Amino acid sequence: MSPVRSATTVVIGAGHAGLAMSRCLTDRSIDHVVLERGEVANSWRTERWDSLRLLTPNWQSRLPGFGYQGDDPDGFRTMPEVIDFIDRYAEAISAPVQTNTKVTSVRRTDTGYEVATDQGDWQCRTVVLATGACNIARVPAVAEGVPAAIDMLTPLQYRVPDQLAEGGVMVVGASATGTQLAQEIHLSGRPVTVSVGEHVRVPRVYRGRDIKWWMDVAGVMDERYDEIDDINRARRVPSLQLTGSDDRATLDLNALTGIGVKLIGRIAGVNDGMAQFSGSLRNMSALADLKMIRLLDTIDEWAAENGVDGEVEPVERFAPTEVDVDPPLGMDLASGEINTILWATGFRPDFSWLDVPVFDRKGMVRHDGGVVDSPGMYLMGMQFLRRRKSSLIDGAGDDARDLSDHLTAYLDG
Amino acid sequence: MSTSESTVDNGVNVAALLDAREALSNAPEAAQFTWRASCEWKNGTHTRSTVEGFFGLGEEQQHKSTFTIDADHPEVFASEDLAATPVEIVLVGLASCLTAGVAAVAQHRDIQLRSVKATIEGGMDIQGILGIDSDVRNGFDGIKVHYEIDADATDDEIKAVVAQSQKRSAVYDIVTNPTNVTVEVN
Repeated sequence: MSPVRSATTVVIGAGHAGLAMSRCLTDRSIDHVVLERGEVANSWRTERWDSLRLLTPNWQSRLPGFGYQGDDPDGFRTMPEVIDFIDRYAEAISAPVQTNTKVTSVRRTDTGYEVATDQGDWQCRTVVLATGACNIARVPAVAEGVPAAIDMLTPLQYRVPDQLAEGGVMVVGASATGTQLAQEIHLSGRPVTVSVGEHVRVPRVYRGRDIKWWMDVAGVMDERYDEIDDINRARRVPSLQLTGSDDRATLDLNALTGIGVKLIGRIAGVNDGMAQFSGSLRNMSALADLKMIRLLDTIDEWAAENGVDGEVEPVERFAPTEVDVDPPLGMDLASGEINTILWATGFRPDFSWLDVPVFDRKGMVRHDGGVVDSPGMYLMGMQFLRRRKSSLIDGAGDDARDLSDHLTAYLDG
Repeated sequence: MSTSESTVDNGVNVAALLDAREALSNAPEAAQFTWRASCEWKNGTHTRSTVEGFFGLGEEQQHKSTFTIDADHPEVFASEDLAATPVEIVLVGLASCLTAGVAAVAQHRDIQLRSVKATIEGGMDIQGILGIDSDVRNGFDGIKVHYEIDADATDDEIKAVVAQSQKRSAVYDIVTNPTNVTVEVN
């Protein structure tokens, strides 16, 4: 049995968030180790589909002491490029990463925490949870009623369209994952029907600039968790309908119906092999259209106030989402119309190894802007952890700076 | 079975209903009905809805009088509790539709009813409507209807009447199956 090692801080997870924290801890001379179950950027290596590209432009991946150096600032990284970027960051900051070390439990002790791994145990005063927000695919309970003849999978299992059976595919979910996979699968010759619930529609490019640029400069991405009306709601907002492609095309529902994808309402139930869909498709689309207009209004106001109107293209508004007058409310799953259901219904983190009573009744870690409800424990990389950008690569830096300051003050007592 | 010779009388004119069914089978366009209500905000959560006309049998129809139905929310919702809540009115709609169906089906099957009493309840986790938990639906998580029926029939005959009533009920269909809803403003 290996001896128990110790560090002032154990960071769990060597993705962009854990590495940003490592850099900030180094800057503050706090000795630490970064434990990684696989290789650096493990989730990016092993849990993404092949064609995925980052949804934020190259310039926007800004980490403490590191950023984009290439000649295509407005492009979107492929997965190998993302992995390379994070790998190079780990090297550049000389992060003390211990790879292939799977954390099996974290327990509270008198002096801090005991972190058990399959490569021996660690004692620490403080611990940073940076294992990501998307470890487990959420699948709604209605999936249990789907007949066995239908193949079902989640985005974590999906790699390429050709792994799917021939024939129709129902993609459940119309956020970033659902819309991208619906497009790719439909273009592979498998007719796609998308079951559409709440979603967030945005244009990829607005007035000649990337929507992410606008949201960044207008301060939308920097809105803080303690400054907005309903943080619980903000943390549940679905991801933006975006794709990162060379032609910088918008991927909203109109783009999908334009290539022949069918839209139906939110899946409400499966009874005796009949899938039932909510009659709320129109309202879901209208809500997203109205919300997009509010975002564009915010951008236009910012542009006018900050004198950039002359540097960008004129104000524009987009056609409303087109929805059938009477979309189908039911589908016989035995009819052969679809052979596969892909549940693009969101993700949740996996904290099954965290043996500290910090969970709310929904199984999420209780925290105040990343300061977990257990002394000396910190959380990174969750949706709207401290800012709207917290779950992005670009959000890790500010959160790591804030939380490493808090951690330093905690150590100083 | 001939209802004209029957002594059973549940107050339902089954002969007229059967005549209507035959007539509408030959003129399906006359079977196209549109039901209407208007709803006006009074104050707080108090509303007053009015039902007077509908379209059917190819022309505008009028109720014999104008009916009004108030709705409000109870004091535990910080409302004034001036009337039943909308969800209770939905339950009323289901129970009254099913019970009317019980009477009609029993008449058609020559079963004399002496008393029919339905109790209905719908469970609801209000974390949904309050936006506390997005996994919780806004609507009922289930509806239970219980019938106490005293009639000249066996228990199984009575159960069959209740089952047939559900099969032919408009409101039962409305609450058990999705419906496309279109809401416009101005």
